[in-house]
Amino acid sequence: MGAFGGWEMPIEYSGIVREHLNVRNRVGLFDVSHMGEIEIDGSGGLALVQQVTCNDAGRLQPGQIQYSALLTDQGTFVDDILVHRLEESRFLLCVNAGNTGRDYHHICRQNRFGARVADVSDQYVQLAIQGPEAEPVLQPLVDLDLSEIGYYRFRPGNIQGVPGLIARTGYTGEDGFEIYFPPAAAEAVWEALSRSGQSREMLPAGLGARNTLRLEARMALYGHEIDEDTTPWEAGLGWMVRMDKPEFTGKTALAAQLETGVPKKLVGFEMQGPGIGRDGYDVLGNGRRIGWVTSGSPAPFLRKNIGLAYVNEAEAFLGNRLEIQVRKRLVPAEVVKTPFYRRRKR
Amino acid sequence: MRLPEDCRYSKQHEWIRVEGDGGTVGITDHAQKELGDVVFVELPEIGQAFAADEVLANVESVKAVSEVYAPVAGEVLAVNSNLDSSPELVNEDPYGEAWFVRIRLVDSSDLDNLLTADQYRKYVEEESAG
Repeated sequence: MGAFGGWEMPIEYSGIVREHLNVRNRVGLFDVSHMGEIEIDGSGGLALVQQVTCNDAGRLQPGQIQYSALLTDQGTFVDDILVHRLEESRFLLCVNAGNTGRDYHHICRQNRFGARVADVSDQYVQLAIQGPEAEPVLQPLVDLDLSEIGYYRFRPGNIQGVPGLIARTGYTGEDGFEIYFPPAAAEAVWEALSRSGQSREMLPAGLGARNTLRLEARMALYGHEIDEDTTPWEAGLGWMVRMDKPEFTGKTALAAQLETGVPKKLVGFEMQGPGIGRDGYDVLGNGRRIGWVTSGSPAPFLRKNIGLAYVNEAEAFLGNRLEIQVRKRLVPAEVVKTPFYRRRKR
Repeated sequence: MRLPEDCRYSKQHEWIRVEGDGGTVGITDHAQKELGDVVFVELPEIGQAFAADEVLANVESVKAVSEVYAPVAGEVLAVNSNLDSSPELVNEDPYGEAWFVRIRLVDSSDLDNLLTADQYRKYVEEESAG
């Protein structure tokens, strides 16, 4: 068991590779209760969410979800989040475990709109059911038709008779659901899911597989690809920044960086020689240090050694030949297209 | 936990099986379990000399990279090149097929600093309980 943001979390149950492949091919069950939840409501609810996030929450209908971010005045990441619009002026923000307290204060400091902000993390556990067979595994536990919930949509519903939220989201690059419900029901729901998943060979999956799955799908991890030193432009997440919003925290700095250009850019790489470019390793181009690895791992489904790295903007082009300093050796790597893995649409 | 009686063990989870002035070195069953799926083993060159506790090899699992230390001082006589193509042997047969290197011992009194199977078992149990 590894320590994770103050939580005792399983890194792996039956082995990272086995768990990873099972999510790609069938279905896996993750305990992600460490994730934080912050609720914002009141008449100023929308105005506050619009101020503190860079995506446009005004485009959400109740029941819809958006990937977004909280930014500093410098336009760098305080956190990446999921915004759920519960009602017209009521929102649930799903945030990273280690950032919850900081996010909460960051939001409260900017609350000149009279909205109510509450850290409701202890009112929810979160389980993720991920993989092509997630829907039939979850269906018997809930009182609504899961096929009616689209990608990045959610509905309130009963899970084993307990009221909660059922969202079609995930952090694996597969179809699947993330469900939120009161902690008292955690064991009963976990066990019911385990029983329901038995005939489909569902396996519990830990943080190790969660990391390799999200990396193959090129999803960012706070503290690695994104942090208070990186902007959405640099991280390749510009698509979630709505510069047409009249105002949001970080907008001025992001506008300035659009003018000056980014100093560094996130790229995907594939190792071309034996070795794995791990987090923090130096990236070299023509013998000079041009960046560093943010995440690197064997990719169990792709059976390659892959990773993400920040490199000088001029070096961030497809096919560029890099070298990664793996201990005493320089191992060649090539900049490749991302996501490394994309699921087949069915 | 499998612990052959004919090996000596280090607190960094290497084993050595001594025959004459030579020894075969690998990592323990406990170590491979902690590492998880091993995907790459970086071995030294034949002829390289090591002091005791110097980094001898690196083992990459999906989860992390770990250093393997020389349990005793010595010179590398042979490396197990099967691990290049089949690193998973480390998980499957840590005391047999997945030996890392054979070394010539410099000073057989180095072995006195290592643990017996019983001592190592107790050490691991205390470490996990700790």
